[in-house]
Amino acid sequence: MSMNNQGRPTRAGEASGPELGTISGDRGLDHEEPLIFELGRPGHSGVDISDVQVSDARLGGFKRRAPIGLPGLSEPEVVRHYVRLSRMNYAIDSGLYPLGSCTMKHNPRLNEAMARLPGFADVHPLQPQKTVQGALTLIGELMRWLTTLTGMPAVAMSPKAGAHGELCGMLAIRAAIAAKGERRPRVLVPESAHGTNPATAAFAGFTVDEIPAKGDGHVDVAALKAKLGSDVGAVMLTNPNTCGLFEKPIREIADAVHAAGAYFYCDGANFNAIAGRVRPGDLGVDAMHINLHKTFSTPHGGGGPGAGPVVLSERLAPFAPLPLLVHDAEGFRLIEDRAELPEGARPFGRMSAFHGQMGMFVRALAYMLSHGADGIRQASEDAVLSANYILASLKDVMSAPFGDGPCMHEALFDDSFLEGTGVTTLDFAKAMIDEGYHPMTMYFPLVVHGAMLIEPTESESKESLDRFIHVLRGLAAEAKAGDVERFQGAPRFTPRRRLDETAAARKPVLRWKQPELKRAAE
Amino acid sequence: MSDVRYSDQHEWVRLDGDVATVGITQFAAEQLGDVVYVELPDAGHQVGKGAEAAVVESVKAASEVYAPIGGEVIEANRALADDPAKVNADPEGEGWFFKVKIADAGEFAALMTRAQYDAFVKEH
Repeated sequence: MSMNNQGRPTRAGEASGPELGTISGDRGLDHEEPLIFELGRPGHSGVDISDVQVSDARLGGFKRRAPIGLPGLSEPEVVRHYVRLSRMNYAIDSGLYPLGSCTMKHNPRLNEAMARLPGFADVHPLQPQKTVQGALTLIGELMRWLTTLTGMPAVAMSPKAGAHGELCGMLAIRAAIAAKGERRPRVLVPESAHGTNPATAAFAGFTVDEIPAKGDGHVDVAALKAKLGSDVGAVMLTNPNTCGLFEKPIREIADAVHAAGAYFYCDGANFNAIAGRVRPGDLGVDAMHINLHKTFSTPHGGGGPGAGPVVLSERLAPFAPLPLLVHDAEGFRLIEDRAELPEGARPFGRMSAFHGQMGMFVRALAYMLSHGADGIRQASEDAVLSANYILASLKDVMSAPFGDGPCMHEALFDDSFLEGTGVTTLDFAKAMIDEGYHPMTMYFPLVVHGAMLIEPTESESKESLDRFIHVLRGLAAEAKAGDVERFQGAPRFTPRRRLDETAAARKPVLRWKQPELKRAAE
Repeated sequence: MSDVRYSDQHEWVRLDGDVATVGITQFAAEQLGDVVYVELPDAGHQVGKGAEAAVVESVKAASEVYAPIGGEVIEANRALADDPAKVNADPEGEGWFFKVKIADAGEFAALMTRAQYDAFVKEH
C-alpha cells in the first residue's frame, strides 16, 4: 500500500472487494430518502402556532371530519429532505445532457442575474402600464430580435411553451381560413414530426393526415403534394426535422402549400440549428413557434417555465391573439380590449390571462444581447459542428441510418449495430447512466428502429465531446464483445436499479396512501 | 372453417361467416414491446377500411391500429382493458382487438396470405 507523508493511504486497498451492506441503509453520501409523509410525525411542527379559535358555524356540511394528514417536520428536516432529493437529479449543470430534440444547452448565469433584477422580477401584470415601461420595452426589444432573426413581420408573445405556441399558430390559421369563408378541415403532418404537432392540429379542431418519410429520413415531397387539396388547411413541418436533417425542398413545399390555398406551419423546436443562418420567413413559413427555453437557453425547467412565442407571416399577422403590444407617443402600451384594436387587427382570442412569461423574456433577451447577432450565428454553427463531430466519430462503431451526409444539430443512430448482441437501445441507454451520462433520446423518431438521437448543443467543449465519444465507443465495443450482463444489469450505480416501466404503466400507483389505510384497503 | 389474412399495417383478420376478428400480428407485438394500454372502438361504430379503429400503447410508443377491413364493430375485447399483456402473450389469439360485421368480402380477399405476409415482414 502506498502512503503519502501523512501516513494516510492514497488509494483503495484490497478491502474494496465485494459490496457491503451498511447499517444505515445509506451508501456513503447516497441517502435512502423516504417520502416526506413517511418522515413526518403528527403534531410536530417547525413553527409554534398558538391555538386559534375559529368559528366553523358557517362551514355547514363541508366541515372536515378527519385530520388533514399533513406531515409534521422541523425546518431542518424539511430542508434536508429536499436537498437530498435534489442531489438525485441530473441536470445540465451536473453534466452533458444529450437529449435529442431538446436543446439542453447551458443557461448562462448572467441570464439569472438579469431575471432577478427587481424591476423585472417584482412587477405585477395588473400594475398600471406607465409604471412598467421598462418591462414593456424589454418585451418590445425581444419582439424585434425574434422578428429580425426569423424574417417574419409579427410575433405573438403570450404562449407559455412550445406546444402552446403550436396551438396559437394553428388557431391563427383556423381564424384566417374562417375569415375567408373557407372550410379546410385537414392538416398534413409528416411521420417524423414531433408528437405534439398532430396533437395540436387535432386539438385545434383539424383532422390529421400523415405524410410518410422517405428511406433517407426526409419528408416525401411527392406524397405531400399528392395529398394537398382544397380541404387542406395547413401543413406542419419540423425543419431541421427530427432525424437531424434539413428539409432542402422546403421552398418547394411552401410554394405547393400556398398554391393549394393552405398555410405552412413550421415547428421551431430545432431553431438552434439555424438561428442566425436562415430566416424562416424567407422559406415561406406562415407560423413558427420559438422555444425561448431551448434556443435561447434556460433548458427544460432551468429554474422557470417555458415560453413559446409564435412568429406570424403577413397573412396571419392580423389574427395574432391579444394582448397586442404597440408603441405610440406615450410609450409602450398593451392592447387588451377589442374596442381599442388598431386597424386591420382581428385577434382570434387570447392564449393566456396575461402577457407571457416575463422571466423567460428577460433570460432570452439577456442571452441574445450577450451573444450578439454574430454570437447567435456562431452558437448555431457550433451546435451543428458538435453534432457532426459525434456522428463522424461514432458511425463506424454505431450505426447511422442517414449518416452518409452531414447532419444538423443532432446525430441519429439506429440499433442495427446491436443486432445479434442481445443488447437493446434501452439497455445501451441504461449502461450510459452507469458511465455518468444522461441517456440520449431513445426510440424517437419512430422512422428508424431503436433510435438514439444525440443533441450535444454548442455548450460542450471538444474535451467533453471526446470523453463522451470515448465512453460510447467503449460501450459499443463491450456490446459487440458479448458483455450482455453489463447492459442488461444496468444501471448499477443509481439509487434504484432498473425500474419495471411496464408494471408502472400497466398498474400505476398514482396516490400515496397512509400505511394503515393501505392495509385496510388490501 | 375460418381463414386468416394479414394487412401491410401488421394486423391480422380472421373471417368466420361475415364476422371478422381483428388483432395485431406477433411481429407487431414484438416491435411494440410491452403493451400497457389499448383503446378500442365501441360496438355499433362504423369503420371504413384503412380508418383508425384502435390505439395501442406500449412502453416505447403509441400507435394507431387501422381497420384492415370495413364494417360495423359488433364487439371489442374488453379483457384487454384490465390485462393489456394479453397482446404480447397471445397477439393472434386471446389478444384480439375487435370484431367487425363486414360489408365487403372482397376486402378480405385482397389482404395478404400468411406466406405473403411472412415475405412482406422479411423485406422490411
